[in-house]
Amino acid sequence: MIDSVLPPAPCAAWQQDGGETVLEISGDWKRDGPPANITGTALASLPTRYQVSKLGTYDSTLPAFILSLIRSVTADKKDKQVPALDGLPESLRGLLALALAVPEENANQTTPHHSSEIRKLGKVTLEIWESIRSLLDFTGQTVLSLARFFTGRARFRPADFWMVLQQCGVQALPIVSLISFLIGLILAFVGNVQLTNFGANLFVADLVGIAMVREMGVVMTAIIMSGRTGAAFAALIGSMKVNEEIDALRTFGFSPFDFLVLPRFLALVLMMPILTVYANVVGILGGMLVGAFVGIPPVLYWTETLTSVDLTNSSLGVIKSVFFGAAIAISGCMQGMKAGNSSAAVGEATTRAVVASITTVIVLDSAFAAIFTLLDI
Amino acid sequence: MAAKITAKDLTMAYGSLVVMHHLNFEIQDKDIFVIMGGSGCGKSTLLRHLIGLQEPTKGSILYEGKDFTATDPAERGPFIRRFGVMYQSGALWSSLTLGENLSMPLEESAKISAKTVRDLVSYKLSLVGLSGYENYYPSQISGGMKKRAGIARAMALDPDILFLDEPGAGLDPLSSRRLDDLILRLRDSQGSTIIIVTHELASIFNIADRALFLDTTTRTQGALGNPTDLRDHSDNAAVRLFLNRGELPNLPP
Repeated sequence: MIDSVLPPAPCAAWQQDGGETVLEISGDWKRDGPPANITGTALASLPTRYQVSKLGTYDSTLPAFILSLIRSVTADKKDKQVPALDGLPESLRGLLALALAVPEENANQTTPHHSSEIRKLGKVTLEIWESIRSLLDFTGQTVLSLARFFTGRARFRPADFWMVLQQCGVQALPIVSLISFLIGLILAFVGNVQLTNFGANLFVADLVGIAMVREMGVVMTAIIMSGRTGAAFAALIGSMKVNEEIDALRTFGFSPFDFLVLPRFLALVLMMPILTVYANVVGILGGMLVGAFVGIPPVLYWTETLTSVDLTNSSLGVIKSVFFGAAIAISGCMQGMKAGNSSAAVGEATTRAVVASITTVIVLDSAFAAIFTLLDI
Repeated sequence: MAAKITAKDLTMAYGSLVVMHHLNFEIQDKDIFVIMGGSGCGKSTLLRHLIGLQEPTKGSILYEGKDFTATDPAERGPFIRRFGVMYQSGALWSSLTLGENLSMPLEESAKISAKTVRDLVSYKLSLVGLSGYENYYPSQISGGMKKRAGIARAMALDPDILFLDEPGAGLDPLSSRRLDDLILRLRDSQGSTIIIVTHELASIFNIADRALFLDTTTRTQGALGNPTDLRDHSDNAAVRLFLNRGELPNLPP
């Protein structure tokens, strides 16, 4: 026999030997070797005997091949008799017997049935309806929880509330400062370019002032808080759920809603207006800086801002901020409470919380714009 | 007098997937009752039903003859206040220290002086071999310690009925033995009824008065009785196999 450089390729050949079906297995069956070469017609039955005289070395590839063969033939049969393993080496027989000891679970074998477009449409519609329902349900629960709070029956740890208050208040200041300062800057630049054409660049102050206090200050703060705080709420509550901590609260008689959602809701609703006022001021300062560069002295800029930004204008943003804060807290906490029981589910919940809160903020803002226009404010 | 806990025709399902159907059993006062069965057979699910975290699809659960299932979840306070539950993962509140984990339920349950709370917390932690760990956060201790802290928290309010979900899993043999002793002592000195989900055979034979075997293949209860009797005389082969670690030394007479 001549030693070849290449190892013998794995082969499986079906043969008929009298009344017996024989599967001859030869060559080296290795994970990193060439794929198996199957010859002869495979019958709808299992081999009654195996022929392994030319079998070289093998790893798990061979038992895996035989197991999949056995599973494919016995899958649609009622009788689950032990298939013949005659002729296989002892060690393989042992491994296969172990693999076949527990019958295959059939529940996950169901083929995914083809879904038509109409079916998909229906499914999406039902999902949207369901999510609207659960949003309304959650909002209702929040109102009930608030009622319990104001009648002194809601229980949560005061320490938790102060902690959340700090997280969504003081700790958000740096990022809110940066973003609103830059927004003020951008508005002033863009406004200046256009208004200079009409020789009216002093009105940059009015533009920045009104845009900040009515829209940009509150919307940008809300978006920052969605990404920052809404996501944090969802992740925290979601991982508490995965870890059965919420169940533990429930069995000690604490309402998870009062305990987790209420302090977060209150803290965000309290902090949002304050952050908004702060963002407005910082934005106007940003505009003032640009003004100083294009020849509007800060004192003049300030007086001009005061003539256009009156109390009505500035209160609009603050009023909106309360609703935005509530929306962000509800979206974040709701996604956390609805999260599934795995770490992947927490990630999903966080993503959904951010998307939902930003969407809600923008939708609410459009609604406010329509209302304010109708009211002619 | 009615049994401490009665399950009547209990059927549990996740959506259309039936986990277990038609469970009928009674747990007597001061019993140590073990729920056993293969992995994934619904032991923990049964526990969640017993403590009201999941609602049965059919059937009912009664505590001393009072229907728990029919009670509105918001009105279940009187039932739940008597429970102590230890969850599989410990489920300690991760933002609180071990001490706070125990003191929070204590402080909420009644007006207790700070000193008493401290003493109670320290006593309960000592019982599970964790004395001096009051100021550790759950993330700073090992898995076995979390489990024991979970048991300490479950016992915080001296519950009438203690539910333990796989308390022995992941404990070293000595801690596991200490845990068995603790469970027996709790029952003997406090008179608690204890329901344990486990498949640790040594513990089962050591402490259980009665055991319920959940059969994965038939999806219903396989056997109910004293574990030693079941091992030697049950007519269900699956139960004998389970309790003999898969070996059948002698067939029942």
